Parts: sequence; structure tokens; C-alpha cells
Amino acid sequence: MNAGNIVGFPLLSLITWLPMVGCLVILTIRGDEKTIASNARWTALWTSLIVLVVSLVIWIKFDRSEAGFQFVENVSWLPEYKVGYKMGIDGISVLFVLLSTVLTPICILASWESIQTKVREFMIAFLILETMMVGMFCALDFVVFYMFFEAVLIPMYLIIGVWGGPRRVYAAVKFFLFTLTGSVLMLLALLAMWLQAGTTDIPTLMHTQFPAGMQTWLFLAFFASFAVKVPMWPVHTWLPDAHVEAPTAGSVILAGVLLKMGAYGFVRFSIPMLPLASAQFAPFIYTLSIVAVIYTSLVALAQQDMKKLIAYSSVAHMGVVTIGLFTFNEQGIQGGLFMMLSHGVVSAALFLIVGVVYDRIHSREIARYGGLADRMPGYSFAFMLFAMASVGLPGTAGFVGEFLVILGALQVNFWLAFLGGAGMILGAAYTLYLYRRVIFGKITRDDLRHIVDLSPREWAVFAPLIVLTMWMGIYPSSFTGFWDASVAAMVKQHVAALAETTKLAGVLQ
Amino acid sequence: MNWTLALPEIVLAVIGLAVLIIGVLQKRDAVTICTMLTIGGFVIAFVLVLAGGKGSAFNGQFIADSFGSFNKLLILAGATLAAILSLDFNRKQGIERFEYPVLMLLAVVGMMIMASASNLMTLYLGLELQSLSLYVLAAFARDDLRSSEAGLKYFVLGGLASGLLLYGISLVYGFSGTMDFSKLASLLVNPQMASPGLIVGVVFVLVGLAFKVSAVPFHMWTPDVYEGAPTSVTAFFATAPKVAAMALLLRVMCSPFGHLLPAWQSLIVILSIASMVLGAFAAIGQSNIKRLMAYSSIANMGYALAGLAVGTADGVRGVLVYMTIYVFMTAGTFACIIAMRRQGRAVEQISDMAGLATNDPMLAMLLAIFMFSMAGIPLMAGFFGKLYVFLAAVQGGLWTLAVVGVLSSVVGAFYYIRIIKVMYFDPPAAAFDRRAPSLSFVAVATGLFTLLFFLFPSPVVDAANVAAHVLFK
Repeated sequence: MNAGNIVGFPLLSLITWLPMVGCLVILTIRGDEKTIASNARWTALWTSLIVLVVSLVIWIKFDRSEAGFQFVENVSWLPEYKVGYKMGIDGISVLFVLLSTVLTPICILASWESIQTKVREFMIAFLILETMMVGMFCALDFVVFYMFFEAVLIPMYLIIGVWGGPRRVYAAVKFFLFTLTGSVLMLLALLAMWLQAGTTDIPTLMHTQFPAGMQTWLFLAFFASFAVKVPMWPVHTWLPDAHVEAPTAGSVILAGVLLKMGAYGFVRFSIPMLPLASAQFAPFIYTLSIVAVIYTSLVALAQQDMKKLIAYSSVAHMGVVTIGLFTFNEQGIQGGLFMMLSHGVVSAALFLIVGVVYDRIHSREIARYGGLADRMPGYSFAFMLFAMASVGLPGTAGFVGEFLVILGALQVNFWLAFLGGAGMILGAAYTLYLYRRVIFGKITRDDLRHIVDLSPREWAVFAPLIVLTMWMGIYPSSFTGFWDASVAAMVKQHVAALAETTKLAGVLQ
Repeated sequence: MNWTLALPEIVLAVIGLAVLIIGVLQKRDAVTICTMLTIGGFVIAFVLVLAGGKGSAFNGQFIADSFGSFNKLLILAGATLAAILSLDFNRKQGIERFEYPVLMLLAVVGMMIMASASNLMTLYLGLELQSLSLYVLAAFARDDLRSSEAGLKYFVLGGLASGLLLYGISLVYGFSGTMDFSKLASLLVNPQMASPGLIVGVVFVLVGLAFKVSAVPFHMWTPDVYEGAPTSVTAFFATAPKVAAMALLLRVMCSPFGHLLPAWQSLIVILSIASMVLGAFAAIGQSNIKRLMAYSSIANMGYALAGLAVGTADGVRGVLVYMTIYVFMTAGTFACIIAMRRQGRAVEQISDMAGLATNDPMLAMLLAIFMFSMAGIPLMAGFFGKLYVFLAAVQGGLWTLAVVGVLSSVVGAFYYIRIIKVMYFDPPAAAFDRRAPSLSFVAVATGLFTLLFFLFPSPVVDAANVAAHVLFK
């Protein structure tokens, strides 16, 4: 039993389970519907803010020079099977924990007025979702990871299905079944690794050599799960549906954090644990990613619905991420990770941007708008900033990631870099086209003439995202500094594993 | 002769007879008293099983070991929950007669004998005592056409299965010269002894027992009986008898016929795959919740059989953990189904649950917990049941079984989440009547078990582990 850690207090468990305490508090609220709604909102906001503060403490205390796991907690859970409740973070996961804890209060604030029915249940679902997301990024035991990874489905299914749009049932069920199908295959891979290695401890598994033949199968099983989550072409079809039907806050978390879970799975499991199969399947991943980048960008160009357009752009951006991760060099992986982070902030912000006008006009159709610059200058400014970041304008968050990925891809193959980079051009096309149609032009509709600019609450939602977007673009090393050591160790290990196999093959010849 | 080993069964049988007399003599309110006495009997038997010794009695016909105790405790827990559920339902349906608890008691005695059988004869006696009581229970609402039909169907098909079982037993006896489990086991160490006739006998025994656990293709009776029988009886059918039949199957296959594993393994694999797949796909089209639960239980038995197919102690442990979780979540689900009552009439269409989350958030939440658990979504107990079974299957190298199993669990998830969809996403229908406290008690207790199992899985898993290893000594 070693519940504490260097800080002497299980901080990671605290941020993981604190939202659950908030849930219990919300459950005890009594009174008429209005009191319940207002108290539930405030309780959820305060809970998530406290979690944010605690996660900032972790961020400050984190030792950047250390490549291994920190803040490790270990409690025995199923001792007979060597499964423990083990939590810990390294340079890669710490920023994703922060991403989750930053986005949750923003989402709660963003749904302050747009969610009017079953407010209590909504807030509970969101806090459960936060527990699952943070727990997943902190888990250092495979079984614990899997539990959090899967359990995310429950609150998300309810959020889409209860508070979603007209086709919410279809979208919710599709989301649930797509993700579950992938996950159960990963479960089998998990069991096979468990039996092979005799443990489910993630740091140990990272240094376990699995036989090459087994790696192929394990990789495919993991791929089934993570590719659906990322989502990679051609299993991305659930994403546009889920995004369009989900309430704004649901879309934000979906784009901001849930999509990162798949890519995180590749970084945490596939690449370090299965180096041979990863190298073997890399061309396959490149192909799917390039198809995703180019095809979904073209699809995005043709969209009439704002949310759908951003959803397709997410698939394209995540395609760039997977290219970066599977280049297996430092620039590529760093770029992929940075892109995950920047996409988490920027696409989340774009969904919030759509949410603002949707709350006012109740339409997401692009043709319904036009000329908003006249009436909503503040809104137009924020929209422009995030659109530029999404395009990858230097000085914003989007640029650093794409640049590093292309740098990494160039070391692998020129055409990979070229086609991946083509996505940036297409990205500029559909984003600017969207911006032009919504913001510029003349106001033609009557209801748009009286539309009001961002309220103070909405500024409070966007301000942290604007700061983050600029900060990431102007001074990226305050983020990359966290994972420099971890990524370097990962690349080194990957190269060593491949070299060993080549050596072995040489001996056998 | 150490008859005290069978003390729980004896005490229960005596209480059963006493309840029968009290029921006849008592004029007013006999049912409540009888049911309470029955529940009390279950509790006493529970304590006796916990405190009971280990060993073999009645010339080796009866064995008390940790495997038996584990299953008996589970049977008693399931029966107690079912008895509590019957309190309110039977009164409102106008079928409150004191024979109900008596028949339940006798059925439970039969099940406990099944769990402790160590001779093919004891096995048959226990099974028949159980089955005869259950036939009557299925037709308990005798003025209801559907209930009578269910009873008759169950009786005819059950009789056929018993015949097959008996025929199998006679073949086994004829080709080996013994009905004692331990003697059979020591005989079959020698592969020469496994003559084709004996194998055919084992297959017949397997078929008879597969009927009782309602494994495909011997499942035909299940949907009709589940739908036709009064819901309180269905709740009972879905819990305790399934545990008893599965316990019997485990013991028979692993203890006397354990050395024949290569012969029966592929059969169990086929039964398991067929049950999982049919249970998953056939449930999709159902509109009646009880019928859906019938297919769900078929699928669940398929998952449990996957553990048996491995034929190792780890596999049996998986089955036992699975059955434990299954009993609690099924009892909870039926508590929710029994609570579905509108203006005094029981309703059982899935569409009747529309918008339950608005009308009765508590009930909707509990049912959602059970449904997510049945779908095997983590943090809920159902996930752990599947985890242990599939762990054993992967360990045993049964990859086809494991892959088909997890994929059919996704299909299964579709109809479980459809129920959640109806409750949470659809516009509300008229509200249900007030729930009886007994129903809330069962639903909340089993709901907490299902929800919080992940915090303390060790006691159940460790006990199952000890129980499973008894069969492989």
C-alpha cells in the first residue's frame, strides 16, 4: 500500500474523484425546479473550478526534466491478479489532464443558459464525464485505464441523447455502438497482454517485449479501438452525426478531449508497447491519415451546417496528428502531441463560437447568417482568431503543431509531408469560406439586425481560450517543455527495439 | 453417517412443511405470514450454509464443499430477493395464495440438493424436486390463459429434457457401472474407459442440463415461459434456478467428466456461441420487456458457458463470478419491471417506459444502471463478470469464442441502451403507480451492489476462486 506520493497526498485521485463529490452534493439539493437548476449550476461550476485549481498545482509542481511517471499512487485492488489502482502522470499526460480540467468549467459556463431542462442531470453527467476523462489520462494500470476509457460512453451517450438536437437518438446510439465495438476488441488485446506479461502495470508493459507475431494482432485490436475514437477515415462517420446533434458543451468536450483519447491511446500503448507492429503498420496509418486529411477537407468545403463543417475539419486535423505520431521521430511526435493540444483548444472554441449564434437564432445553417461583423464586432474578432488558429497561421496555436508534423514527416517521405501539408491549404479554404459567409456580407435577415454581441459570461468563456491560443502560438516551449524528456525517451526506446530486432534477424541469417 | 452436513436442506424442507400446515390452518392473511416465514427460512438456511462443515454424507451421494456452499448462498440470495418481489406483485395480481411460498421453498430445497449432488441419482432427485415445483409456479395464475400455457409448455418440454437426462444417466451407468461422481472421475482417468456409449450418455446429460440453463438450441421454452408466467415467477426463474442448473452443469462436467474435456469442450463452445449470438440478435425485435429479458438471460447463459468451455479452475471461477453478478442485476431489473404498473394494471411493453426519467427519475436511474451493467460497460458490475469469463477464454486459447463473445456483447448493448433511450430520450407517457417499498428495497440494494461492485471485487472473486478450485482437486 502506497497511497501517497512525493507531495505526500494523492493529488491525482483528488482531481479524479472530486467531481463525483460534486455529483453527490448536487443530488442532495432540494427545492423547486428553479432553485435546483441554479444551485446545480453553481455547485458544478465551483467543483470544476476547484478541480482546475488543484490541477494547476500539479502543473506547477511537475518536474519537467523527469521522463518517467510522477505523482504516482498505488493501491492494491485485485492483488491476486496483480491489478492495482495505480495513478500517475508523465510529461505527455499532464497537459491532457489540464486540458480536461480547463474545458470542463468552460463547458459548464457555456451551458449556463442554453440548457434549461433537467439541469441537475446535465450537471451530474458533466461532472461524471470529468471524472472519467481525468481518470483515463492519469491511469497507470491497463484495467483501470480501460474502465475509465469505456465509462466515458455512459455520460456522453446521455448528454447527446437527452439534450441533443432532432436526430439525437440516432447520433447517440451510433456513437455508443461504434465506440463500444472498437473497445471490446481492445479488451481482448488487454487480456492477452495481461496473460503474456503477468501484469497490467502500464510502465512495466512499456518495457515488455511482445513476440512479433503477437504484436501484429495486438496492434490491430488496439487500432480498432483507437481509430474509432480518433476518429480515422473510414470509421469517422459517427463524428459528424454526434457533433451536429450534441448540445454545444457536448461538442466541445467531444472535440476537445474525447477525440484526444484515441490519439493518446496510440502514444501510450501502441507505439511504446508494440514498436515492431507500429513500424510495420506505419504506412497503413499514413495512408488512412492522408485520405482523412484530403477527403474530409473536401467534404468540409461542401457543408451547409457549421457544426458539421467543424466536425469534418476535426477529422482532417486528427489525420495530421496520426501522421505525426507514427513518424517515430521527435519532431513528428512532438508535433502530433502539440496538435492534439491546440486542436483541443481551438476546435472546442470553434464549437463554442457556433453555440453563441445558435443560442440566439437556433440555426446552424451557414446560409442563414451573413454580415454579423456589423452587429457583433467582438464575436467576429474571437471567431477570426480561432479560425486563424485552425488554419495554422504563424503566431497561433495551430501553426506549431502542423509545422512540426510536416518537419517530422519530411524525414520519412517527401510525399507524406506534401500530402499532409496539402491539408493546410484546403483547411484555409474551408475555414475562410465559412468565415466569409457568416461574418461578412450584408445582413439580409430581420432577426440578425437585432442580434446582440457577446455577453460578459460569454467573454468569460472565450477569454481563457483566446489567451491559451495565443500563448501556445507565441511561446510554445512552455508546453513542449513538459514532454521533451518523455518523447525523447520514447523515440530512443523505439529505435532500440527496432535495432534489436534487426540484430536478431541478422544473427538468424 | 454425517447427516448434519445436509442440515440446511433438512431445515428448509421442515420449514416448508410447517409453512404448508400454517397456510392451511390460518384463515386470514395467511400469505404474508407464509412469505415472511419463507424468507426467514432462507435466512436461517443462509446462516447454516455459512456455518456448515465440509465433507461427504449419505454414502457419498451428497457432498458439502465450498463450491456447493458458494452456489447455495447465491441460490438463497436470489430466492430471497424473488420472494420479496412476489409480496407486492401477487397481492395486486390477485394470485396471493400461500402455496406460492411453499412451492418456492421446495424448489429451493431441490436447487440446494442440485448444488450438492455428488451422484447422478441425487442430481436427478434434486433437479426433479426443483422442476416440478417450478412447473406449478409457472401456471400459478391459473385463470390467466398465458400463464396456463406457459406452465404446460414448460412442463412438456421440461419433461422431455428430464427424459433425455435420465436416458443419459442410464447410459453412463450402463457403460461405467457407477453413478458416483468420484468413482466416475477415477475411472475416466484411464482414457480406455471412455467408450462411445459413455460419451453418448454424457452428451444426453449435457443436453438435459442445457435445457435447464436455456442454452441455444434448447432455449425454445424460455421466451414463452418468461412472458406467460406471472412476473414475480419470472423473476424467480431468472435468478435461483439458473444458478442451480449452472452449478450442476459445472460440477458434472468438471468433476466426474473432467477428464473427458476434449470430448465435450467443442460442444460447450458451440452452445455458448449459439446462445450469445441468438440471445443478442433475437432480443432486438422484442417489444415486451419480459420477452426481452428471456433473450437476455439466454445470452447471459452463453457468456457463463464460455467460462465452462475453458474447463479450468479459472474458467469456473469466471462462471461463478458471472453468476453472482447476474443474479443481483437480474433481480434488480425485475424489481423495476414489477414496478411498471399503471392504474392497478401491470404493463410490460418497452414503450410503456417512455419518459420514465421525467416521471420517476429514481426508478429510471436504477434501471439504467442495470442495463449498462448487462451491456458490460465498466464501473458497473456486469463488466467484471464478462472480464473474468473472457480472461479465462483468452487464457484457454479459445479466441473464436472470445471474439464472437465480445462482438455479440456489442449487439446486446444495442437493445440494452434502447431501453435507456426509451426512458431518457422519449417524451413521457402517463406515470406509473406508486412503487411498493419492497420493490424499492430490492431495486436499491441490488443497484448499489451493481454500481459499487468495482470498489470491493475481492471478496466475491476470492470466494469464487476457492469454490472453483474444489472441483479440480
